[in-house]
Amino acid sequence: MKFIIVAGTPGAGKTAVLIHTLKILLQQNVKPSVVKIDCLYSDDPKRFAKLGVHVQLGLSMDMCPDHFSIYNTDAILESAKEQKSEFLIMETAGLCHRCAPYTHNSLGVCVIDATSGPNNPMKVGPFLSCADIVVITKGDMISQAEREIFRECILETNPNCSIIEANGLSGQGASELALQIRSTEKVVSENESLRHNAPFSVCTLCAGEKRVGAEHHRGLLRKMNGMQEYVGE
Amino acid sequence: MKIHQITIQAGIDKFGNTERLPDLRINKGEIYGIVGPTGSGKSQLIADIEQLAQGDTASKRKILINGEIPCHELRSDPRKKMVAQLSQNMNFFADMPVADFLKLHAKCRGKKNIDVKHVISIANTLTGEPINASDNLTILSGGQTRALMVADVAIISESPIVLIDEIENAGIKKHEALQLLSGEGKIILVVTHDPVLALSAQKRIIMRNGGMRDIIESTYREKQISLQLNDIDQYILTLREDVRAGKKIEEVNFDALLHESSFLKCL
Repeated sequence: MKFIIVAGTPGAGKTAVLIHTLKILLQQNVKPSVVKIDCLYSDDPKRFAKLGVHVQLGLSMDMCPDHFSIYNTDAILESAKEQKSEFLIMETAGLCHRCAPYTHNSLGVCVIDATSGPNNPMKVGPFLSCADIVVITKGDMISQAEREIFRECILETNPNCSIIEANGLSGQGASELALQIRSTEKVVSENESLRHNAPFSVCTLCAGEKRVGAEHHRGLLRKMNGMQEYVGE
Repeated sequence: MKIHQITIQAGIDKFGNTERLPDLRINKGEIYGIVGPTGSGKSQLIADIEQLAQGDTASKRKILINGEIPCHELRSDPRKKMVAQLSQNMNFFADMPVADFLKLHAKCRGKKNIDVKHVISIANTLTGEPINASDNLTILSGGQTRALMVADVAIISESPIVLIDEIENAGIKKHEALQLLSGEGKIILVVTHDPVLALSAQKRIIMRNGGMRDIIESTYREKQISLQLNDIDQYILTLREDVRAGKKIEEVNFDALLHESSFLKCL
């Protein structure tokens, strides 16, 4: 099975670009399964279901949505297999800049908003730098000069990615994304691993501690000065 | 690579009908106006040319260079790009000083010998309030932003194809700006609502419902009218500067204006 993982900051246009792309794939008789991961609520599965594709929704609730998607990857793949889908497209919630949910044999697609400014590609971290394809949205809202600079900043962060300039409203760029999804040679394996590690600083906040300040916390903790230490037994 | 012609292969309008105007060839040295009501697809036409669309935009148009499909690099790599575009956008999103922005853009375009101070001084000829190299882009006024965009397009993005979207709305000296952007032997397309600009172009494309509807060639008479309108426009500009400078306007001499008009001199 081909596994396509779509990541990107909230509001970047992941769903809009995906819906245009799915329409093209369906026209070409490719019927993918879709899984949407979000935190508390999402309307997107209804929009996907209208297209007639099989869609699953995963709500991470108290858990980090990226950790949630990583932890549930095998269950999600299993469910898509039952549907006999050749392609599984997973749209992540995309909240923090620290995780990249791409596995080694998936096709990693990062969707990024051109109006977020040219410093953003440097800020967003591994979900951009480890992606195979970077989709730039909202390019029509900025000047040609800023579009060119934005593109250059993406290539500095991820020199080997393929860039698609897309428009979630008009559907521009969706045919190119559909083509790259169809022609990917990556096939998901039994033992998938992440391209980039998730944050490893497991601390008391993960266990539900609500008080702020160092004295209440245990685990691998990093200070403002960049020093890291383990506090605990 | 030298460009002597671009071809706009007809696509579809907003209702999915084939465009009325068949394939359009624009040659080196020609200036085209693009006119039509708001929402008629003027900006989309400009965007199609900027991206060298290959049936992959909403309009399904295809753009050929010298009669051939351009290679992928010409479409995407800013160093090889042959199109400079002044869009309608009135704001910058990049949070950085003017000089850094211009340097970064020059690097993207592969231009090594760009004098940032020169670009800023050119921008300052178009706007009343001077821009400083250390000013942050996001704090520039609308007029300053557009003046800087014009200077950037004219000098850093300098290209054989120039696309201009509604320069008259920019709040800057439009004639000077247009002169700066156009040059000998270029292909120029100007989206405009301004009769002075529309009538001064050799031809104008008429847009309706997202499609190219018709093409009008400017007549001799229209060119003369354009000159006359230009004089009136210049006169209104001097009045505007007086109002801006806080002066009182006591009287307006239309007779003198008509008397001095280039139009009448032509007769």
